[in-house]
Amino acid sequence: MNNTGTLSKEVGIALVAILILAAIPLLTPSRLVTDFVIRLAAFGVFATSLNILIGYGGMVSFGHAMFFGGGAYAFGLLMQKAGVSIPLALLGAMVFCALLALVVGAICVRLKEIYFSFLTLAFAMLLYSIIQSWMSLTGGDQGLMGGIPRPVFMGIDLSNGQHLYWFACFLAVVCLLLMRLLMQSPFGYTLRMVRDNPERARFLGVDVWRTRLYAFVLAGAFAGVAGSIMALFVSAAYPEFAYWTMSGEAIFMILLGGLHVYIGPVVGAALLMMFNDVITRYTDLHGLALGIIVLIFALGFKRGITDFLLRFLRPASKKKETTQVTS
Amino acid sequence: MNPQELFECVTSLSCIVTQTSTGLIVGALLFLVAAGLTLIFGVLGVINFAHGSLYMLGAYMGLTAYRVFDSYFLAVIMAGLGVAIFSVLFERLFMRRVYNADVLMQLLVCYAFILILDDVVKLVWGAEFQSMGMPETFQLPPLFIGGGIVPVFYLVLMGVAALIAVVLWYVLKHTRTGKVVRAAAHNPTMTSALGLNTQLIYAGVFACGGLLAGMAGALAAPVRSMSPGMGFSILIESFIVTVIGGMGSVSGALVGALVIGMVRSFGSIGFPDFVEGLMFVAMVLILVLRPGGLMGRKHS
Repeated sequence: MNNTGTLSKEVGIALVAILILAAIPLLTPSRLVTDFVIRLAAFGVFATSLNILIGYGGMVSFGHAMFFGGGAYAFGLLMQKAGVSIPLALLGAMVFCALLALVVGAICVRLKEIYFSFLTLAFAMLLYSIIQSWMSLTGGDQGLMGGIPRPVFMGIDLSNGQHLYWFACFLAVVCLLLMRLLMQSPFGYTLRMVRDNPERARFLGVDVWRTRLYAFVLAGAFAGVAGSIMALFVSAAYPEFAYWTMSGEAIFMILLGGLHVYIGPVVGAALLMMFNDVITRYTDLHGLALGIIVLIFALGFKRGITDFLLRFLRPASKKKETTQVTS
Repeated sequence: MNPQELFECVTSLSCIVTQTSTGLIVGALLFLVAAGLTLIFGVLGVINFAHGSLYMLGAYMGLTAYRVFDSYFLAVIMAGLGVAIFSVLFERLFMRRVYNADVLMQLLVCYAFILILDDVVKLVWGAEFQSMGMPETFQLPPLFIGGGIVPVFYLVLMGVAALIAVVLWYVLKHTRTGKVVRAAAHNPTMTSALGLNTQLIYAGVFACGGLLAGMAGALAAPVRSMSPGMGFSILIESFIVTVIGGMGSVSGALVGALVIGMVRSFGSIGFPDFVEGLMFVAMVLILVLRPGGLMGRKHS
């Protein structure tokens, strides 16, 4: 492995991504487009963080929404009640989610497949019921209303739409870059080994439980940032952020985009958001339409868009290499 | 949060009787749903994530049958059979294709069905809350036991649930069908090598799970209101029940259902806003102490 080579390449790609994203508002004045990109920043980071668990760790968490919702509420409450600066609130949301993930993960990660899926789901629903019942702190059903203050920091004024757009894009690209580097690090490869063969990993002296737990904590912390971006965008936090359908949609984003290509979940997030926007425009039966699409993808394609394209675009001889690099 | 009231309740006989009967009724219905879930898991090794939607379907089918035939008995039977037929179709057309696939695919197929069925129910029966009302036969004055109030219908429900539990236990333990099903759960390859039709067994187990869930939905109809989305909350509860009891164990489902029924019933006195949370707390406590569940096998 050539670490310095990959590092400069990844950083380069991230810089190009930031430049392209920064140029979008200059090309089109439409609020629709910039709003879409901000939401994509939140969901893209959210789905990618979940893919650390699913794609790289082989752990199908069905409760990842607890960190999306938890991050949104932690961020919102820190801004509303403690009045801290935005970077500090972001850090606070990350730390809160990491600690939450540490506790939940310590109990969950030793369980196998379906037990793990359902136990994470149960913890997410526990958080959801706490949010719903702790009216005085969270506002219950109504959500964390009253707007989240956006004090100016380092010359950035997030009440300005343009600034908010750039900040969300920047934050998302930095998170995606960090997660990419972590997954390309020795830790990332240990995680893949644990996914593929936990017995062998244990035999080689890897602490399987600890590796999985670290992945769970990392995924939780980044999902917390995703939730914070969302809270900033809607200037509130709602119990639905922690509801189980949010986890379901994130899993579907990953499947839709492909779980074996790093950027797949982001592509999937964009596709699902477009589906949702189109479906809600034409029908009230959003669940029915989405359900049918999920069925077609789960039973028909059995793999995501990027995996599908990759198979067509790459010649057969390079296939082995791509699975090594990306999966 | 009012632990004081809970303390007062457990020191008064009438309150204990009232709450215990509520707990038993919740437990009885949960058992029927969870038994199907745990049976399907035990034999096929898949979690039917859409199981709660089968319960919902049963409740609504029961409602329609009751309105058409004006017979509660017929409504329960028809709901059970209707959902059983639906379950077989669901298994043959969809679930069968993901038995050997990733857990992810199983979750997604079921996720799709939860979304679809919720909207189908909305289309057919409307989005607003509905209720069946108490059938005339059971509109009797409640019984007073030790100063506590126990509606007659509760006793009927408990009796029906107990009867179903006994039948299920007898079929599984003492009939040839039960032996075949247990064999298929233990070693499907060997079972099919012996010339038994595992495909048929799988479809049958799904039908049985659907039958139980559908009947539970219709049985609960007089005491609970119905809405699209009701399937998900019962799914979570019955999952907690199966995990507490030990996944794949029908007797575990019975124990787990009674535990959760009591937690819900007495919890609503002391912590009315946090009943949902209490169930998760109970589950986590039990899992930390006994990772395989109360009646579960060690290696699971």
